[in-house]
Amino acid sequence: MPVETAKKIDDIQTEILETDLLIVGGGNAGCFAAYEAKSLDPSLRVTIMEKAHISRSGALAAGMDAINTYIRRDKEETPEKLVKWSRAQMGGGPIREDLALSNAEILNEGVELLEEWGLPIIKDEDGEYKLRGRYDISIHGEQLKPIIAEKAMEAGAQVLNRVVATNLLMDEDRCVGAMGFGVRDGKFYVVRAKATIVSTGGACGIYKSPVTDYSGAHHQTWMCPFNVGTGYAMGIRAGAELTSLEQRWVAVRTKDFCGPVDTLAVAYGCLMTNGKGERIMEQRYAHLGGEKAPRFCRLNAPMNEWLEGRGPTYIDTTVLDPEEAKDLRTDMLNERPSFVLFLASLGIDITKEPVEIYGSDPYIVGGHTGSGYWVDISRMTTIPGLFAAGESAGGSPNKFVGGCAAEGRLAARGASAYLKNVSLPPVDSAQVDEEKKRTFAPFLRGPAFDGINPTEMEERLQRLMDEYAGGVHQFYRMNEERLVHALKHIRKLQEQAGLLHVGDLHGLMGAHEVIDRLNIAEVLIHHLLYRKETRWPGWQTRMDYPEIDPKLDCFVESVRDPKTGEIKVFTRPYEQLIPGDRLKP
Amino acid sequence: MPPKVEREKCDGCKAEKETLCEQVCPGDLMTLDENKKAICRMPRDCWDCMSCVKICPKGALETRIPYQLGFHVAKLIPLMGTDTITWTLIDINGKVERFHYINRGSLD
Repeated sequence: MPVETAKKIDDIQTEILETDLLIVGGGNAGCFAAYEAKSLDPSLRVTIMEKAHISRSGALAAGMDAINTYIRRDKEETPEKLVKWSRAQMGGGPIREDLALSNAEILNEGVELLEEWGLPIIKDEDGEYKLRGRYDISIHGEQLKPIIAEKAMEAGAQVLNRVVATNLLMDEDRCVGAMGFGVRDGKFYVVRAKATIVSTGGACGIYKSPVTDYSGAHHQTWMCPFNVGTGYAMGIRAGAELTSLEQRWVAVRTKDFCGPVDTLAVAYGCLMTNGKGERIMEQRYAHLGGEKAPRFCRLNAPMNEWLEGRGPTYIDTTVLDPEEAKDLRTDMLNERPSFVLFLASLGIDITKEPVEIYGSDPYIVGGHTGSGYWVDISRMTTIPGLFAAGESAGGSPNKFVGGCAAEGRLAARGASAYLKNVSLPPVDSAQVDEEKKRTFAPFLRGPAFDGINPTEMEERLQRLMDEYAGGVHQFYRMNEERLVHALKHIRKLQEQAGLLHVGDLHGLMGAHEVIDRLNIAEVLIHHLLYRKETRWPGWQTRMDYPEIDPKLDCFVESVRDPKTGEIKVFTRPYEQLIPGDRLKP
Repeated sequence: MPPKVEREKCDGCKAEKETLCEQVCPGDLMTLDENKKAICRMPRDCWDCMSCVKICPKGALETRIPYQLGFHVAKLIPLMGTDTITWTLIDINGKVERFHYINRGSLD
């Protein structure tokens, strides 16, 4: 029976599959995990569950212009130096140096594999990857995602495209797979697996974007808007420990259309300026490191200029000659082609006029900051059988493309070792039935039901978070009372999620996306409330606690009790492995 | 802003079980209307990643910048080769630029 005509839960088909390793989310980390697992043991059954199509899904859908972490050993760079740099970029941390080091040690192999698979990488005169920053190399990455996806498929992974994960399959406290629904075939999927890797990417759309008011541009965001943090949300619901969610990633971007700014600064020497024509970082923020200041400072500085009456703010592209301006736009065509179109729609010559910049909306992205699952060195989360990689795994920031690929491989190694010693329990039909009912509920309320559509609820959440939990329209500032207000309203939204009502499978995906975002927003606010200090201004600005509190030089952790819904927040100590001044790269 | 569909050019990918734009859209936004022409079902939700524009065999899709953000009208047209891509860019003043480069394999 076509799912559109399903009237009751029994009309919907259930597909029960069995595999050895399930990978939820077939992006960069997920595809690399599949490739690695099949390379280690070709007989291993590996299944990827992907909500879109792996050839163009997730953050790399549009392409990529650079790999931001590659260690040129001939330039006396080492994994330790990379970790030190990463720590300094986070204002001294805390970061998980054990995780960061293990990633860094195998980082280059993944990049070299990409080249072997057909990714064009720009070389210097010595035939080495050409550096455009200390660890950045330039690529022609328009085909990056199709290339990675092809290799996962060639390696023999089974791919379930257009299957939206909704929850983990649990055997008491152990993860034994995941469940979800087909957004095209309308089936309910139960994938039983000895080990599961979550690599669903970060969470976009928790906050309102600065250009969201315009019709037709709700998704004018920097991070892929289809990455809603389902991996985090499934873990939260199952009682996994999450770390550092309060370390929000917010970036300075070109205004009105999220184009890159750091690329322009790092690779092309274009500097940020204010309305008075001053070089912002040099003239106003030298004490924070000037042009070499950490990323959160580079975000907060231009936004301060607006607040203090020195806006607008620009990235000064007038230093470019016409050839450089063309190279720059070629880079952009590889990563975000519509940004090049946007510049053309302004009709400006960027060698004669600077480009406006502004802050983005905040994202929870563990490939960039330390937000995500708390994992051990094998990348296993606090739930046995459940591993995390890429944006999903926390503690190790500044992974970006290369680091997420490396971590996918590490998680595959960890999961492959783990699953050798476990067997699958029988199917828990009570759990499956309950999840199937929860999954399809918004779809089966009947046409006369007077409910809420996912878009309304999403917009309500995004405005709430923007105004009360430090969004871009509030210049990222927050205080206790506003956060408490946000929490109260999120709980009301969660209550009303039982009124979500959709008419098709695309709508059903939207319903689950907003449910997932509500889970993340709730936990995020607990993290923001706990950190009664301001450690990363811009990323985490508490107006009521404007200074760093040395007692909070630790990780902030959370666990939601799956039975009561109560969220417990606690800390874990920071462990310094790489000696030296933590603020120095 | 969702891709603008040139209805005369779109043939609904007759030979495919599912149109190519439907297959690649990371947001599950492309579908067919009652006349078997491509349509973006939630125009506000497009990320402008241009995956559909690049894969369309008929060149029937065009990404437009919303007028709220940019002036009328700039165009960016990709042409996919086996291991190259060629972009034609036309700005609002009618200035035409071309970008051609290797997107697969060695740059040497």
